[in-house]
Amino acid sequence: MYSNTTHQHKGIFRNIDWVMVVLWLILVTVGWLSVFSTGNQETFSNIFDLNQRYGKQLLWIVLAMVVALIILILDPKIVPPLSYMIYALLNLSLVAVLIFGTEVNASKSWFQVGGFALQPAEFAKVATVLAMARYMSAIDFDLTKRKTLLTVTGIVALPFGLIMLQPDLGSAIVLFAPILMLYRFGLWPWYLYGALTLALLFILDLMFSTYVVVGLIIISVALLILILKAKKREAWLMVSLGLATIVLVFAFDFFFHEGLKPHQKERIEVYIANLQGEDRDIRNIGYNFYQSKVAIGSGGWTGKGYLQGTQTKMNFIPEQDTDFIFCTVGEEFGFIGSMFIVSVFLLLLYRIIQRAEIQRSRFSQIYGYGVASLLFFHFVVNVGMTIGLTPVIGIPLPYMSYGGSSLWAFTILLFIFIKQDMHRYEVVG
Amino acid sequence: MNVKRDRYFGRQYFFLVLFIVVWVALGMRLLSIQVLNDQYKRSSMVISIREEIEIPARGVIRDRHGVELVVNYPVYDLMVVAREVKPFDTLLLCRILDLDHLYVREYLQRQMRDPYLRVNRGVIARQLPIDQIGKFTEFQFRFPGFYVQERTMRRYPIGVAAHTLGYIGEVNQGVLDRDSYYVAGDYIGISGIERSYEGVLRGEKGLRKRLKDKFGRDQGPYLGGEEDIQARAGLDLYTTLDAGLQAYGEQLMEHKIGSVVALEPSTGEILALVTSPTYDPNLLSGRERAKNYHTLLNDTYRPLMNRALQAQYPPGSTFKMVNALISMQMNALRAETRYSCGGAFHMGRLTVRCHGHPGPTNLAQSIQFSCNTYYCYNFRDMLDRSNYPNTKAAFEVWRAHALSFGLGKRFNNDLPFGLAGNIPTSEFYDRYHGSGRWRALSIISLAIGQGEILTTPVQLANIAAVIANKGHYFNPHIVKSIGHPDSLNTAVRERFETTIDPHHFEPIIIGMRDVVLAGTARNAYIPGITVCGKTGTAQNPHGDNHSLFIAYAPMENPQIAIAVIVENAGYGSTWASPIASLMIEKYLTGEVKREALENRILNSKLIKR
Ligand SMILES: [Zn+2]
Repeated sequence: MYSNTTHQHKGIFRNIDWVMVVLWLILVTVGWLSVFSTGNQETFSNIFDLNQRYGKQLLWIVLAMVVALIILILDPKIVPPLSYMIYALLNLSLVAVLIFGTEVNASKSWFQVGGFALQPAEFAKVATVLAMARYMSAIDFDLTKRKTLLTVTGIVALPFGLIMLQPDLGSAIVLFAPILMLYRFGLWPWYLYGALTLALLFILDLMFSTYVVVGLIIISVALLILILKAKKREAWLMVSLGLATIVLVFAFDFFFHEGLKPHQKERIEVYIANLQGEDRDIRNIGYNFYQSKVAIGSGGWTGKGYLQGTQTKMNFIPEQDTDFIFCTVGEEFGFIGSMFIVSVFLLLLYRIIQRAEIQRSRFSQIYGYGVASLLFFHFVVNVGMTIGLTPVIGIPLPYMSYGGSSLWAFTILLFIFIKQDMHRYEVVG
Repeated sequence: MNVKRDRYFGRQYFFLVLFIVVWVALGMRLLSIQVLNDQYKRSSMVISIREEIEIPARGVIRDRHGVELVVNYPVYDLMVVAREVKPFDTLLLCRILDLDHLYVREYLQRQMRDPYLRVNRGVIARQLPIDQIGKFTEFQFRFPGFYVQERTMRRYPIGVAAHTLGYIGEVNQGVLDRDSYYVAGDYIGISGIERSYEGVLRGEKGLRKRLKDKFGRDQGPYLGGEEDIQARAGLDLYTTLDAGLQAYGEQLMEHKIGSVVALEPSTGEILALVTSPTYDPNLLSGRERAKNYHTLLNDTYRPLMNRALQAQYPPGSTFKMVNALISMQMNALRAETRYSCGGAFHMGRLTVRCHGHPGPTNLAQSIQFSCNTYYCYNFRDMLDRSNYPNTKAAFEVWRAHALSFGLGKRFNNDLPFGLAGNIPTSEFYDRYHGSGRWRALSIISLAIGQGEILTTPVQLANIAAVIANKGHYFNPHIVKSIGHPDSLNTAVRERFETTIDPHHFEPIIIGMRDVVLAGTARNAYIPGITVCGKTGTAQNPHGDNHSLFIAYAPMENPQIAIAVIVENAGYGSTWASPIASLMIEKYLTGEVKREALENRILNSKLIKR
């Protein structure tokens, strides 16, 4: 009897990478503790109280574990062939939510069934990564071909467009996270560097002025030509590249001033001011920025102690247990606690990359990088937002933010990889 | 390990570098805001924003000379912020403030349940006596979370004009749903001037948002006071009332049912608005309000009703002047027109009785002796024998003239709850008698102000004002100035023209003068003052007739127009005319010299109280 149980146990968890599981469990646990802390302890009766958000979150966590177990039980070989179908189904659900969804805060992102609400966009992230991994695992896959590049872009563009229609900018933007994965598998690196350079130039344009940026471009081009002692043809190429960049900067400037709605523009301006160290418009648009910085900043070295946070309880911070859950960690556990969570996330990411590199299956390898890219993007943007480094984009902190949809989606995302990893010696697709 | 190495294998190290860069960047930023910078720590000392609402003093209401009619006095409410309450000696608190400890416990539990109520002040006990508050303040340190809030209540120093001034009370749900200015527990004007000038009297509430640390200590204004709203005190009102005259009128009307309305003809300002029986307005302010209100509500003499605006009477003979003026305007009557009176008007089977007087009378004499016959004949001439195609057409013209006296409609003034009275329509008689089947005789009671005509006391006073002004009147109103005694409340000071030419008023005025000099109201005579008046008797199917009198004085330079109604008191000359004349004397000379008359009125009890 005893040995039998042990055998079964071993069966489910054989070859499992406990490091990823434990890191996942740490994040989920600290997440729930933080949700509990932002909740109302004065009416506390028990942690399963489904009228309270911590009670609901506990239910979501239990269900997420059930889902994780199911994934561990299922045959990993069925995943790659099913990828396109899952992708198709999720896109259909994104269409359906536009028609049958419930409108919350002027965006149709939710399926409401009784007391439960599902956000298909969260699951669409998983589906998109699956589809990309499936497509990219083909033997003749070559990202330097234009057609391949266009197809990959198309796989992202479809759900992106559908999510933008809701509209939910945050959930849509994260679909571009897999550019990191593409980079690993052969994307011409200048796409990445070019995008980063342009982003930097745009930020500089907003922080200082268009003329500074134009001057910077001209000087860079001139220096490059001089230092590299460029030949005539190369020089012309660099000059035209510089000119194109200048045109792009002007186009961006024009778009920013004429193309954006006032509130979008102000939001970006507040973010830029914040980067320059100014707490601007803390009453309206800058409110979240400021209040979350106050909450985290008041934590000090070791924090105020669990449940002793004040900022995250008084409704100073909107979405304090969803998008701004990191504030609670920062306030109650201080610098030490914050760095612990940051480290756990980065360790998890590193572990995923590490495991992805040893996969035999091309699909698992690519998929692993997809998981890491999505988690990385969410983590950096979300934490960056709470400490004023990135703009306020409404995306959750994986495994920690309150909400069933995102918890399940990220759990499914990770456990599909864990399961693939368990079977890395078996030759799959 | 047999790992496939692809062309881009080396790029995995980019990720390692990326993760390290992110770890360092986030670490530096966190170190900077959490450890190195203490600005955010200071900001976080603040744990709550408490909204402190400042209720400005309600405007004081004065009479036309600045005498205070309604003032404020402080009362003390006990407030509690449930979240700040620490375990305390409930029994001690209840003993000091005379509260029920079960109530206190339940109240605190209720506040705790609601996340908003929990952190905001709630009123746990209202209008506590000053000695209890004194004792509480002594022990306040033992009751964290409890506060005393001063609030003002209304007091009426001379206790007159209860109905006109009105009262305030807590807002009801209807108002709360309709107007976001008010929150539960706020006070609002419910009747009278308190109601019609609510917006002016209340001022604007102030709002201060204060930051509090976790010990409840003040940490300065929220956002530097940017969102604070400065309270604006309510404006004082200067009413048109003459407090002395009002008080005197209420005195004269004691133990009688009825009302007195006195106007200044040249402005429409209401000098006195007496309704009787009345009550002490202080009864409807303070802790006993609900109980007192209930007592007043159940009183059979209905002291809460403002008879001056809401009681409707047939004007009786006081309407004869209106009929005469309309008739002259319709070319059916001249000053010299005479009708003979044999003591009654006979027409077919119809008889309207008159009383013994010299005759035949001209127009002025018909008023002097109040000849019913004269008006019946003339009413027939006006409606049936005029240039108009038929009785109905003539009646419509008559009605339009009557309406121009401000009759048959509510004055659009600054007093709430007035009634319109009634000038019957031809449609009404068409329905009653059949279309085209009625003539002047069918509606002959209108000739002597009986029948379907109904007027309120303020409308009767306005008829006197119209005659005093020879053809126009000013909207009767109650508030003279808002904020400053020299300003003028022009919004309600509208001038209205009647449809009667001024020269038609001469014989009427002569007649009214002679009413007092040698007619039906000689007891209204005041030495040295020419009073123009007219008695009336309003038929009352439910009991004794009502005694009516309207007048103005002095004839040469009218300063007061007045209407007096004493219910169930018989002829106009018995009670109404002496009361009117005492009022006029008091107003014009400042004192009353006719002590015997005054004493007779003051000592008469027409009702048992
Ligand atoms: Zn007669």
